[in-house]
Amino acid sequence: MDIIVHYFSLAIKSIFIENILLAYFLGMCSFLAISKNVDASKGIGKAVIFVNGLTVPINWILNTYLLKDGALSWLASLTGIMQLANVNLDFLRILCFIATIAALVQFVEMFIDKFSPSLYNSLGIFLPLITVNCSILGASIFMNERGYTFGESIVFGLSSGVGFYLAIVTMAAIRFKLKYSNVPDGLKGLGITMILTGLLSMAYLAFSGIQL
Amino acid sequence: MNKSLFTDPLVDNNPITRQVLGICSALAVTVKLEQALVMTLALTFVLTMSNIIVSMLRKYIPSSIRIIVQLTVISTLVTLIDKAIAAYMYDLSKELSVFIALIVTNCIVMGRADAFAMQNNVKDSLMDGLGNSFGYGVILILVAFFRELFGFGTFFGYVLIPEAYNNGLMLLAPGAFIILGLIIWAQRSLTAFVED
Repeated sequence: MDIIVHYFSLAIKSIFIENILLAYFLGMCSFLAISKNVDASKGIGKAVIFVNGLTVPINWILNTYLLKDGALSWLASLTGIMQLANVNLDFLRILCFIATIAALVQFVEMFIDKFSPSLYNSLGIFLPLITVNCSILGASIFMNERGYTFGESIVFGLSSGVGFYLAIVTMAAIRFKLKYSNVPDGLKGLGITMILTGLLSMAYLAFSGIQL
Repeated sequence: MNKSLFTDPLVDNNPITRQVLGICSALAVTVKLEQALVMTLALTFVLTMSNIIVSMLRKYIPSSIRIIVQLTVISTLVTLIDKAIAAYMYDLSKELSVFIALIVTNCIVMGRADAFAMQNNVKDSLMDGLGNSFGYGVILILVAFFRELFGFGTFFGYVLIPEAYNNGLMLLAPGAFIILGLIIWAQRSLTAFVED
């Protein structure tokens, strides 16, 4: 029971209190470019949940059994070469994480193209964009910095995706209404979107008082 | 030498306010001027070097795997700068936390490598890299100047405004969004640019 409560509070924390977009600014580029359209926002939001939910746990496995200081000790006891236990492949982390993400996105794209054309139609065009979305790589790096366990990394990956989905769909809805308002010339488009994001993020700050 | 490659991205075609690239780090590492300066230097190194390397390799990269090749070049450079900052400026590297590593997915670097360096020679790519880095740096330092001034009341650590008048909101996320929004407004009003 304790573990469920723990996972639940982690999920609430990463969706609302430490929203990856509104508190850590990750994934702003696609947020600003795509929030013009509600349907497209839903599409990329789902793609982020999906890819984040997969890459964070995979990168956790990679980090724990290959990259961390002393991560290769399982190989040392298997082969009997004791020097392997002292190997620290830390410097390869960024390269490995981004390679996993790029390869996985490519693989998922081919996979759903083959097995689920309807899903491909709604998600397909957003998948290539995901590789260079900072919220994906950012979630993996946060997972490593905060030292999550495997279970926590699954919950964190999914819920940071949900946080992104929530923020981008809210913003798309606001921008849809904004079409009918009279905005000063220089502020049109990017300027007003930044200020609105500021207000939205101020609203999310209200969650930071919650004790979990 | 084509001078406009260097001067264009400074104001008229600024990567942040006009091309809408690399916003994440422009918001995240601008609490203090010192952070913004180090971030600008790190990005200048990565962007210029990646532009040069990708431009040198452009005739040998098959277009189907170009993204992977560019990412490999960029993430190697980012690892170098990340480790260098951790070695020589440890406290600052803690403050910048994940944002140096996230230069890998900074759209300016990927965008310039793919859109410019893949088609142009080394010299032009170098100028384009420098120009875009400085264009990015100008905005970063402006945002950081206002956030540090109003948030901590300081300029590079020297106290200018007494503590009683400091505005804590500037140090939080909303302050960054709103300051950048206002800078974009000012910049676009001056250059008379209107987005549809």
